[in-house]
Amino acid sequence: MAMLKASLHAEEENKMNDAIVVEGLSKRFAEVQAVSNLSFSVHQGELFGFLGPNGAGKTTTINMLTGLARPDSGTIRIGGIDCTNKPRGAQHLIGVVPDESNLYPELTGFENLCFCAALYGLDKAERQDRAKELLDQFGLAQAANHKFGGYSKGMKRKLTIAAGIIHQPEILFLDEPTTGIDVASARQLRQLIADLHRAGTTIFLTTHYIEEAERLCERIAFIVSGRIVQIDTVEHLVQPLQKKHVVQIAYANILNDIRGKLSESFPGIEFTTQGQGLIRVEASEPIRVGPLVRFLEDQGAEVAEARRMRPSLEDIFVQITGIEAKAMHKEKEKAGGGQ
Amino acid sequence: MKLWIAFWNILVKDMRTYYLKPPNISWGLIFPLAWTGMFFIKSGSGLESLLTLLPGVVALSILFGTTSMLAVTITFEKKSRSFERLLLAPIPLELLMLAKTSGAILFGVANAFVPVIMALCLADLSQVVWSVFVPAVFMIAVASTFLGLFIAVEASEVFEAQTFSNFFRFPMIFLCGLFFPIKKLPVFLKPLSYVLPLTYGADALHGAVHGGHAMPFVLDLSLLAAFCVALFAVSLWNIKRKWIL
Repeated sequence: MAMLKASLHAEEENKMNDAIVVEGLSKRFAEVQAVSNLSFSVHQGELFGFLGPNGAGKTTTINMLTGLARPDSGTIRIGGIDCTNKPRGAQHLIGVVPDESNLYPELTGFENLCFCAALYGLDKAERQDRAKELLDQFGLAQAANHKFGGYSKGMKRKLTIAAGIIHQPEILFLDEPTTGIDVASARQLRQLIADLHRAGTTIFLTTHYIEEAERLCERIAFIVSGRIVQIDTVEHLVQPLQKKHVVQIAYANILNDIRGKLSESFPGIEFTTQGQGLIRVEASEPIRVGPLVRFLEDQGAEVAEARRMRPSLEDIFVQITGIEAKAMHKEKEKAGGGQ
Repeated sequence: MKLWIAFWNILVKDMRTYYLKPPNISWGLIFPLAWTGMFFIKSGSGLESLLTLLPGVVALSILFGTTSMLAVTITFEKKSRSFERLLLAPIPLELLMLAKTSGAILFGVANAFVPVIMALCLADLSQVVWSVFVPAVFMIAVASTFLGLFIAVEASEVFEAQTFSNFFRFPMIFLCGLFFPIKKLPVFLKPLSYVLPLTYGADALHGAVHGGHAMPFVLDLSLLAAFCVALFAVSLWNIKRKWIL
C-alpha cells in the first residue's frame, strides 16, 4: 500500500514537473470534431514529436497549447501554470514557430528580430545583441539588413525560428518547421533544432515528415482524426517490428502474378508488391536472399537489387494508422508545401 | 516584464510601417483641401465662412484617417497572420490593443491639425478656444479609432473592412452636424444623430471654433468618453470571442 502511494505520489510529482500536461482536451469547429479527448505530457527538456496527416488536429492542438484557441473541454498545464481558463497565462514561457512564416515583410531581418524581442520586454542593447547572435547562428548575418519580404523560403523559415527563440523560451512549439523548403535548408534547420534541444529547450514538434520525427524526437505521438492513436519513444514504437526481417527486391521487367508464385514456393514468407518491379519480403525468421533471387531469375526477372531493410517508424505509422507516408507527403505538397 | 517596451515598440513599428508612408501623408494633406474646396465652391461664399467649415473638415479628416487606416491594417495583419505574433506575446490584451490603436489615434490627431494649419494662413483663429478644441480633437480621434477597431474585429478581409467602415462613415457626414446643423434634419433622423459619437465631437469643435454649440462642452466630452469606453470594451470582448477561438 505504501509503495503504491509512493508510486502515485511520484507520478503526480512528475506530472507537476512536466513542461506540458494535457488531459482530456477536445475542440470542435461547427460540424468538425478537430481534437478529441487528447491526453499526454511532455517532459522537461524533451523533444516531443506530434505526427499526423493534414487535418489530423496538430495545428488546433498547438493553438490550444499556445493560447490562440480555447479548448471546449480538458485541462492544459504549461510550465506548471494552469492555462485551462487563462489560455494566455504561460505566454512568457513559450516560443512559437507557426507553420507559415508570419514576420513583417516591410521590416529587415534584424528589425524583425528586435521587434519580436521587444514584445518580450528585452531592452534595446539586449535585443540588438540577441538579434545579432541569432542572425549569426542561423547563417543570416549577410541578409540582416535586407527586407524580410525579399527572403527566400528557407531564409524566411530560419528567421521565423530565430524570432520564436529570441526571448530564450523554456518551451518551444514548432509547427511543421521544414515544410516547403529545399533539402539543404531543411537539413540545416534540423541541425538547429537538435542544437536547441541539446541546450535544454523543451520542444513540441509537429511534422508530417516521419523520417524527420524519427531522426529528431525522443517520444512521438501519432494523431489521426483528432485522436492520439499511439504515443511512445521511437525505440519502443519500432520494437515490435524489429523482430521482423524485411528484404526489398527490385527487378527490371514485368512479371505476371509473381506474388502468387512466390507465396506458393516460399510458405511462411509474406510478399507484397510495391508498384512495378518492387517486392517487399517479410518473415519472422532470417530471410535467405539467394533462393529468392534465383527463383525470380528463373521466372524471367532481371534482379537489380536485393536489400535488407531496417524497420522504420514509417512502417509502424502505416501499420497503426493505415495511412501511407507517401500519401501524407503528397497531400502536403498539394497544400503548398513540398520538400 | 517591462510592458512599456512592448507598447512603445508596437506603436513605433506601426507608425513606421503604416502611418508615415507617403500615400498616407499625401492623403492627410489632400483630403481636407478637397473637402474645404468642395464646400467653398458649393456655397459660393468667401473666406468668412472658413470658421464654420473648419470643425466639419477637422472632424471628417480624423474620422476618415483613423477608421480607414486601423480597419485595414489590423485586418491585413490578421490575414497575414502577423497579428498572431502579437497575440502570442506576454502582453495583456487591453495593453496590446491600446498599443495597436495608439498609432491611429496619433495619425488622427495629426490629420486634424492639417486643416487647422491651412486655416491659420487664411483666417484669424485668435477666438478659437484651444482648451476645448484640443481635447475634442483627441477624443474624436480616440472614438473614431475605436470605431475602426470595432470594424476590424468584425471583418475578415480588407475589402470587407473598407465596405463596413463606409457603412458607418458616410451617414456620419450628414447626420452628425459636421456641415449641416442637426436641428435642420428631418425629425425621424434626429434620434440617429444622437447615437453617433461624432455628433458630440463636432458640437464641441463648433463651440470651440465659432461658439455655435448646442450642448455644454463637459457633456459633449463626457459622452464622447463614454462612447470610447463602450467601443473599446465591445471590441475587446469580440477579440476574445472571435480571435481566441
